[in-house]
Amino acid sequence: MKVPIWVFVVVAVLATAFVLRIGAEELDQSHQTERIADDPVGRLKVFVYELPSKYNKKILQKDPRCLTHMFAAEIFMHWFLLSSPVRTLNPEEADWFYTPVYTTCDLTPNGLPLPFKSPRMMRSAIQLISSNWPFWNRTEGADHFFVVPHDFGACFHYQEEKAIERGILPLLQRATLVQTFGQRNHVCLNEGSITIPPYAPPQKMQAHLIPPDTPRSIFVYFRGLFYDVGNDPEGGYYARGARASVWENFKNNPLFDISTEHPTTYYEDMQRAVFCLCPLGWAPWSPRLVEGVIFGCIPVIIADDIVLPFADAIPWEEIGVFVAEKDVPKLDTILTSIPPEVVLRKQRLLANPSMKQAMLFPQPAQPGDAFHQILNGLARKLPRDKSIHLKPGEKILNWTAGPVGDLKPW
Amino acid sequence: MKHLVLQQQNCNTRRSNSFRTSGSLDSSVDGTFKSPAALFWLVLHGLCCLISLVLGFRFSRLIFFLLFSTNTTTTTTTNHYTVPALLRTTSDTAQTLTLQTPSLSPPISITDTPSNRTSTTTTSSRVVVGRHGILIRPWPHPNPVEVMKAHHIIERVQREQRLQYGIKNPRPLIVVTPTFVRTFQTLHLTGLMHSLMLVPCDLTWIVVEAGGTSNETASLLEKSGLRTIHIGFEERMPITWEARHQMEARMRLRALRVVREQRLDGIVMFADDSNVHSMELFDEIQSVKWIGAVSVGILAHSGNSDDSSSLPQKQEDEENFPLPIQGPACNSSGRLTGWHTFNSLPYVGKSATYFDDRATVLPRKLEWAGFVLNSKLVWKDVEDKPEWVRDVDTLAADGEDLESPLSLLKDTSVVEPLGNCGRKVLLWWLRVEARSDSKFPPGWIIDPPLEITVPAKRTPWPDAPPELPSSEKMNDVQEYTVKHPSKTSRVSRSKRKHESRIADVQVSGRNAEGN
Repeated sequence: MKVPIWVFVVVAVLATAFVLRIGAEELDQSHQTERIADDPVGRLKVFVYELPSKYNKKILQKDPRCLTHMFAAEIFMHWFLLSSPVRTLNPEEADWFYTPVYTTCDLTPNGLPLPFKSPRMMRSAIQLISSNWPFWNRTEGADHFFVVPHDFGACFHYQEEKAIERGILPLLQRATLVQTFGQRNHVCLNEGSITIPPYAPPQKMQAHLIPPDTPRSIFVYFRGLFYDVGNDPEGGYYARGARASVWENFKNNPLFDISTEHPTTYYEDMQRAVFCLCPLGWAPWSPRLVEGVIFGCIPVIIADDIVLPFADAIPWEEIGVFVAEKDVPKLDTILTSIPPEVVLRKQRLLANPSMKQAMLFPQPAQPGDAFHQILNGLARKLPRDKSIHLKPGEKILNWTAGPVGDLKPW
Repeated sequence: MKHLVLQQQNCNTRRSNSFRTSGSLDSSVDGTFKSPAALFWLVLHGLCCLISLVLGFRFSRLIFFLLFSTNTTTTTTTNHYTVPALLRTTSDTAQTLTLQTPSLSPPISITDTPSNRTSTTTTSSRVVVGRHGILIRPWPHPNPVEVMKAHHIIERVQREQRLQYGIKNPRPLIVVTPTFVRTFQTLHLTGLMHSLMLVPCDLTWIVVEAGGTSNETASLLEKSGLRTIHIGFEERMPITWEARHQMEARMRLRALRVVREQRLDGIVMFADDSNVHSMELFDEIQSVKWIGAVSVGILAHSGNSDDSSSLPQKQEDEENFPLPIQGPACNSSGRLTGWHTFNSLPYVGKSATYFDDRATVLPRKLEWAGFVLNSKLVWKDVEDKPEWVRDVDTLAADGEDLESPLSLLKDTSVVEPLGNCGRKVLLWWLRVEARSDSKFPPGWIIDPPLEITVPAKRTPWPDAPPELPSSEKMNDVQEYTVKHPSKTSRVSRSKRKHESRIADVQVSGRNAEGN
């Protein structure tokens, strides 16, 4: 056999590379579980800008519902940072700068936030900080972070087409965005954004816990809309037709306990279910994910290309089941063909208290909760490249970009 | 001269040139008709027209719409020479159409062409905004094999839950029940049997029957599927409650002797057949060490509804009105300090003595049902048996009134209070019986004929058929047969138009009633 030596060498190199890659993946997995328990104190310093109360306190006073709806994370993050050990009063030594502006607190009578004034509000806040402090202009916002928990993040609209048209607010292009929205290859998700879970009230959920030996007798559970009759009566737009497909295919299936009711025993029922569906709605994220993790119900995520919260710290692939939207008609086949050992393993991982803690925003903050995970995410981006500091006279952001309506003062 | 010739030649050539150029123009004009690209475009156009004729709409427009609306970065030129490039993009978009729009694949019922495509940036998302089809599979009903798999998963999950959060290593249970054949026996034993069938641990059910073993009881016990030991007690059950309580105690001792003889291991509990037990009881008694006591709810019920209103009255007695509970009493540190018993003073003189009294049946001071024992307490020759327990044999020999298992103990302070120190009531004591002479069909199976037949006062047909000639008798017969189908199914009236009018009227009346 006249096989040249170099073939062996190449094969050996490839084999070692393969082995190393697998090893790296395993290391990565173990890194993931360690990352949840990281302590951000001492690893970063955050400076909180003092904005006039019209940007935060007065808005909250006008509508205290903002403290209980699913976008309350922006308010609680502010309160947490004000009393956290990572806060520094000396901006010269700060690694990150936080601007407390509550953009998601303009609520309709029904409680849904209107995003129409949010771009102007954000712009006005940025103008304020850039004129009163030199730090914004130093980096054009690259070491600043903002919490934008609304439907499509910093695109500031609830309709996906309009949000994509607007794109991320031009002034926020260089800043780090902490948002609930996450979808791969989407305009409204910047590289380097931190995805967080929507706010779910921790005390309310604790109050509805049932004894853990109550047998789980519901196979699949879901409560919510399938057709958004007000905005999309025929179906096809809402949830990209996935929720309607779930209803049409499984409304007669006794294994699926799905309906549009609002039972008072919603939390208790989730604790009696094995799988909880978390399909997309108008946006891909859903508070059901948080509820499923807290109550030990395996989340079945039906949202293509979704980016889940704290994806670099929580092993979502091992906890939840991912179903492509086109596979929804086969959902029962997919779920019943999961081997029982895998189901038990997922439940055991879900029972891990650190996983549950990472999804919550408790008042006051506790170690390992979502606030700390956000700070961990910010700390992982340090140390920074010096190139983010702009040279004098250099300007990257375009202050007049965006729709004309945004340029009006707030 | 030469110049002139040259000039003339030049003129000639120029003229010929011009002619030639015009000729070449002509030839080029001819050439436009014959150059390959133009010819190709003409052929394509003709093809599109033919296809439009076949399809019934402007096919070419669709092509342009698809071409120019998907990719906004392509130039919108109608240059002939870019036709091949356009064709290539057509095929590309056709492919992407099948990938991105689920509405084109077979198992779809509602389809829609994507009308809104977004002009995204260069890295386009695989997920498209806009209207999507709702995917419904052709047979949206569950597959039975999958349903079975789901149930296996649920069962496995529940087993794991029990392992993790429930009782680990449950000890086997020995249930002692005294019973005898009477009208209410089936009722009571069925309820008890169902409760015991739900208990998740190993169970041995010792049933002691007064009056000897009977087929009645044996057939009931067979239905349970539990491990039963059916013992006959050779005395008939007396008809006074007092004597019945005493005999039941002796029957229970008999059962304890069986436990001793067979050296059955586990926790002994006394389940009277008319009592009701909660499932938490069976979990709670697993934690007993030697002897434990639970709180029993006493449902002292009188058959007479007037009796309850004549009970001692509300004002001064309300605070002292007794809770109907028997069980251990603890002090604040959780140690046993005494016993709650049922206050039977209000019922003194009014309680039932015989089975058929319609007065309240009173319990004893402390019912056997509220106690559980470790079976080792009744074994002979066990090393680690504590000293404060008496031997079962000595008890029976004394012949004293065995009011409660406490008489087994020399020292009653060793009893462990269970159920959150007696605060949780885990079972209920009830005595409901029929008259002692009431009869019931054996096995509750009616073997015809019954001895008494009661005539029904209202039958739909007259008791005696009316005196009618034979033809009308036929009608009547038809009436009867017709009525049954009209009740059970909505038969159309057209089928019976040929029948008599009487039948029709009655049928329509019945249909109206039925509707």
